[in-house]
Amino acid sequence: MAKGWDRDQMAARAAEELQDGWYVNLGIGIPTLVANYVGDKDITLQSENGMLGMGPFPYEGEEDPDLINAGKQTITELSRTSYFDSATSFGMIRGGKIAAAILGAMEVAENGDLANWMIPGKLVKGMGGAMDLVAGVGRVIVVMDHQNKAGESKVLRECTLPLTGKGVVNRIITNLGVLDVVPGGLKIVETADGVTEDELRAATEATIV
Amino acid sequence: MKKVYANAGEALDGLLHDGMTIAAGGFGLCGIPELLIDALVESGAKDLTIASNNCGVDGFGLGKLLDTRQIRKMLSSYVGENAEFMRQYLSGELELEFNPQGTLAERMRAGGSGIPGFYTKTGVGTVIAEGKEVKNFDGQDYILERAIVADLSIVKAWKADDTGNLVFRKTARNFNPPAAMCGRVCVAEVEEIVPRGSLDPDHIHLPGIYVHRLIQGSHEKRIEKATTRKKETA
Repeated sequence: MAKGWDRDQMAARAAEELQDGWYVNLGIGIPTLVANYVGDKDITLQSENGMLGMGPFPYEGEEDPDLINAGKQTITELSRTSYFDSATSFGMIRGGKIAAAILGAMEVAENGDLANWMIPGKLVKGMGGAMDLVAGVGRVIVVMDHQNKAGESKVLRECTLPLTGKGVVNRIITNLGVLDVVPGGLKIVETADGVTEDELRAATEATIV
Repeated sequence: MKKVYANAGEALDGLLHDGMTIAAGGFGLCGIPELLIDALVESGAKDLTIASNNCGVDGFGLGKLLDTRQIRKMLSSYVGENAEFMRQYLSGELELEFNPQGTLAERMRAGGSGIPGFYTKTGVGTVIAEGKEVKNFDGQDYILERAIVADLSIVKAWKADDTGNLVFRKTARNFNPPAAMCGRVCVAEVEEIVPRGSLDPDHIHLPGIYVHRLIQGSHEKRIEKATTRKKETA
């Protein structure tokens, strides 16, 4: 079996990034799992279609068509929940009120460039709110597999895909470890279970300083 | 002035023309103006430009207007829950302008607020910035985005009084208020029109000044992705 973290361990590691009292936006995929690991911290989840205080999925038979998350899944509200319109929602995103966004990615570059919305020649569905989020929130944390299915590094010197945001990523959490975007390249913060620093370097195309 | 109309067809009477721009509320299939979309299909108005976050699904919501080839161009942030959309787009029959979701919402809000454009960080250094003015404020680059003013807005709310004051429900509010604001004329459909005075004035989400015509009707409110959890057994 491969060394490093599985999806849940990556989500648990990402949850450690969140500080008590933060308002946070979680993307689709592994980032969604982060909600399972916040523990006792007072974290309010934003759903950019117009909600703060996102609750879990409803029980079967209790789905409400007027209550969905940004992934269009049925969800529930909490005692702290508030609702607002899309312009207000992105006002709080653009205005830096959301402390952090945890997002998936196709590629991240050593200068913090992020690509996660489009592959030229393939079906393009749109950026949704991703460009607004990465441009606006306080801290952008990417959670993704370190390599693609072909075994190539997704942590690059330069992104090859069209960008979602330029110089926007602060921290990258992958199955192999945690890296920070710093002047001149990436800095290893920690390695995943059973992964050596040399293995992490070897799996990474980007400059590690 | 009477704002309440008998049905969606009557509410749109005299407002439609080929080639017009329409702003529509809704996010996915949540909070979409189902009845007004049906009436648009019925009207046969074509070459429409529609500003809406999404374009429905096959055979429902704005997807119905794709089946009848009434849409020429979409301004959206996310599409493709819809095979017919992709077919028309890839064959060049349908134009598509991607807007980041918050930029689309703000373009509508600005259009309804007398603000012709605004600068935003969103999309700087990406394809979205191509051809747009870049301005540096306090060391940071921003791009100029223009407001949207639509010929017509179609929105869905939960309740209204007969003066057009609207109350939305949960996340079905979404793009409806900004879409309503940016139309030269706005037609709203609601689940219930309640007597004047029965809505708490402090709890109005969108004042009636933005709403010119109003209908009440029943909605299918289709769920796009039903996700549930199991009840823990005690």
